Amino acid sequence: MRERRDFLKASAGAVLLAQGLRWNPVAAAAELAAAQGLPGGAVEAALLEALPGKLPLIKKSFRPPNFETPVRFFNEAYTPNNAFFVRYHLSAIPQVDLQAWKLDIGGEALEKPLSLGMADLLRDFEVVELAAVCMCSGNRRGFSQPHVPGVQWGHGAIGNAKWRGVRLRDLLARAGLKKEAVEIVFDAADAPPVEKTPDFVKSLPVWRAMDENTLVAFEMNGEPLPHWNGFPARLVVPGWTATYWMKHLTSVSAVSQPYKGFWMNPAYRIPKGKFPVIDRFVSQETEANTPITEMVVNSLISTPENEGKCAAGATLDVSGVAWDGGYGITAVEISEDGGSTWRNAQLGADLGRYAWRQWSHGFKPARAGRHTLLVRAFNRAGATQPAELIFNPAGYHNNVVQRVDIEVA
Amino acid sequence: MKKPAVLLLLLLSASVAADEGSVRLKDGEGRQLVEANCVMCHSLDYIQMNSPFLDRKGWEASVNKMVKVMGAPVSESDAKAIVDYLAARYGK
Repeated sequence: MRERRDFLKASAGAVLLAQGLRWNPVAAAAELAAAQGLPGGAVEAALLEALPGKLPLIKKSFRPPNFETPVRFFNEAYTPNNAFFVRYHLSAIPQVDLQAWKLDIGGEALEKPLSLGMADLLRDFEVVELAAVCMCSGNRRGFSQPHVPGVQWGHGAIGNAKWRGVRLRDLLARAGLKKEAVEIVFDAADAPPVEKTPDFVKSLPVWRAMDENTLVAFEMNGEPLPHWNGFPARLVVPGWTATYWMKHLTSVSAVSQPYKGFWMNPAYRIPKGKFPVIDRFVSQETEANTPITEMVVNSLISTPENEGKCAAGATLDVSGVAWDGGYGITAVEISEDGGSTWRNAQLGADLGRYAWRQWSHGFKPARAGRHTLLVRAFNRAGATQPAELIFNPAGYHNNVVQRVDIEVA
Repeated sequence: MKKPAVLLLLLLSASVAADEGSVRLKDGEGRQLVEANCVMCHSLDYIQMNSPFLDRKGWEASVNKMVKVMGAPVSESDAKAIVDYLAARYGK
């Protein structure tokens, strides 16, 4: 076990050296320590490993690749492309050739099917950019109590980026969306490892597909999408969890009946009525459950890291980010005493309703010893975060108030 | 997107950039069976990551899902032996 870890740490170190950075075992230990509360086996199996073109990220699984962003990157307003998390369901992931790539717009609820290359998108449609949080539905699943099966994500299946692309609604309008359209169905270039595995196909209600903020994006933070984040084009559904943000997008179909497929049902479901969400996906609802839709209001302390140390008498910078489904963050509160009293943190610049909001707070500990910092955010829809986890069997929407313990000496 | 099986294999091998060969499961009866079957679709760290909080019933449900929902070509007797191994080595 030790040998394997040393080898892998060494390989991550080699990547850092190649980039002119120093491998710092202390920093690496801190990054992995953010895993506290994850299942023991997940902590044991985690390592820092770099996919081609990426910095070393926290490896959850090699194949399909699931890699999470270390918390320290969330000190930045925009998450760097080479540190952005990677999440796949299926392991056959082609390197898409841009020259050969086409986006097919079709389905029975469209007047005239289209097949568009990148040059067509750029030439015939308005290009727009917006900032938005991309977060896996299962972010923080690993902290679920009791634990539930799935990728045991810590805090890092999330990132904020500027997405540049064309509006999906412009593509659908060009193809002549018919009135009977109920859902828009999306497929992509990745494929299952065996024939019988359900292909990863997702749908959106027409109203959400026609929202002016739903994009077919080809740039992220001013650069072409990285391979691992969906090159050459991905769906961007701001405010909704990343399960709808189809990577390596190849087909868009308008259909007149609700799409039936494993990844819509039973996958990605939340119990009805358990979460304070406003956006509904009515055509997919059942008696018991409903597809996950918008992100619930949430926040993260990125500095200090959990189990950090600080000197008595100094003012400690406490900072992080807060986000929601696009209603807008109105306040972020910090507790320095484990939740008895709360005070307002300072909000950073508003980067757009779908972006996260940075916040900061100066903490001057009055005594040495152990301190617990808590954070909670409020949004314009009047929602905040629960003190107790809202448990659900898939471990979605984990927005229980986060806790960071620090040692003051 | 559905692709011909041959192409799939090529893609699969191209996508294994990182070092999944470093993942070592615990010794025990059934390990080879687990390695031979589960690795068809995913790296073996999925097993480590999802431990040790599943009891026998939990592992049974996971293996069942892989076979019945995900279509893993695993025989009934192999599936049973796989559950035995997972419950014994990676169970709660």
